[in-house]
Amino acid sequence: MEYKDYYKILGVERTATQDEIKRAYKKLARKYHPDVSKENNAETRFKEVNEAYHVLRDKEKRKAYDQLGTQWKQGQEFHPPPGWETRFQEGFGAEDLGGFSDFFAEIFGSRPGGFSYERRDFHMRGEDLHAGIEISLEEAYHGGTRTLSLQTPEINGQSRVRQHTRQLNVQIPRGVCEGQHIRLASQGGPGTGGGPSGDLFLQVVFAPHPLFHADGRDIFLELPITPWEAALGTRLKVPTLGGKVELTIPAGSQSGRKLRLRERGLPGKPSGNQYIILRIETPAANNDKARELYRKMAETMPFNPRKGRGI
Amino acid sequence: MSEHSLIPIAEILDETLELSLSDLAQRGAVHIEIIIELVEEGVLEPAGKYPEEWRFSGPDLVRLRRAINLKRDLELNLPGIALAIDLLEELDALRAKLERLERHRFR
Repeated sequence: MEYKDYYKILGVERTATQDEIKRAYKKLARKYHPDVSKENNAETRFKEVNEAYHVLRDKEKRKAYDQLGTQWKQGQEFHPPPGWETRFQEGFGAEDLGGFSDFFAEIFGSRPGGFSYERRDFHMRGEDLHAGIEISLEEAYHGGTRTLSLQTPEINGQSRVRQHTRQLNVQIPRGVCEGQHIRLASQGGPGTGGGPSGDLFLQVVFAPHPLFHADGRDIFLELPITPWEAALGTRLKVPTLGGKVELTIPAGSQSGRKLRLRERGLPGKPSGNQYIILRIETPAANNDKARELYRKMAETMPFNPRKGRGI
Repeated sequence: MSEHSLIPIAEILDETLELSLSDLAQRGAVHIEIIIELVEEGVLEPAGKYPEEWRFSGPDLVRLRRAINLKRDLELNLPGIALAIDLLEELDALRAKLERLERHRFR
């Protein structure tokens, strides 16, 4: 089990006053609150900060913790000193573990209880868990099933909290968009005292796609075309998430022109569109014949795209 | 140890989801009084005039859970919650916009 340096976690000196500890805690609780913070490990940090404050705010617990001495370092392998249980644990025997660490359980004793840090009113419902889920645009378009690995706390036979890896199959609904939440009822933290489990909320992030990118339900594709396709117009097969679709490039198109394929974006009410952004690519003038052709074009169709733009 | 068998019901919390006051209370595991207070504060904006006609959407459930968590963990009062949620949503929207712009710029 790893030693937890509660002072370090709150960023205060060992000599900090109760007021200093409270201020440090309040600031960190705002910073790492899972509903506020975008930091990857916010939820873990938030729990750590809560655990540290739970101990240091309480004069008795702080005193007991201080008795462990100053020789321990954060994360160091820790064993409680001999006789610890009989000296200290009795006073803290009725501790509700509240999602706290093994270290906390070892020092302050344990008893079957909940994990949730919603301990203030001996809440019955388990905590909600939040996680991100990265899905491909194809999965969003077609829907599908995904297996997630979740780290969740669990109480074992000795009433100790352990991290437990749980596999969960998740149905990805058709037409889900970036930033949306998927709710999985009762897949959050377990409840206390026979209460129901919390929910699991997954926030959708799209994995980068080699061709497309999404904006809401709309899908964008950049399409390279030749100067003669742009000038004369043509019909091309272009990819969409639902398969290839015939697209008309109107004569006289310019680079950057946006063409729409109605309701070829992500499905929904209403479905998104697919937009095609044209980009004209010019062939390299890498032989005499090609150079001659370019010169001829310059002669036959003199053209200054900078005219009237003050360049 | 792994449980692979059960596939829980996944619900997309989007604008098309329609929840009554009691649906929302059940999914959010809160008393309806709290929801009514959040509507009065403008945190939740259901369609419909009277509580029995109210229709909430998916994002309202996300907002409700966020409000409950903020109240519990940071001891915020209702106006504080309303302000925090507005600012957080604005921040989310700006982050998404920034990401789109950056993606476009570095193409």
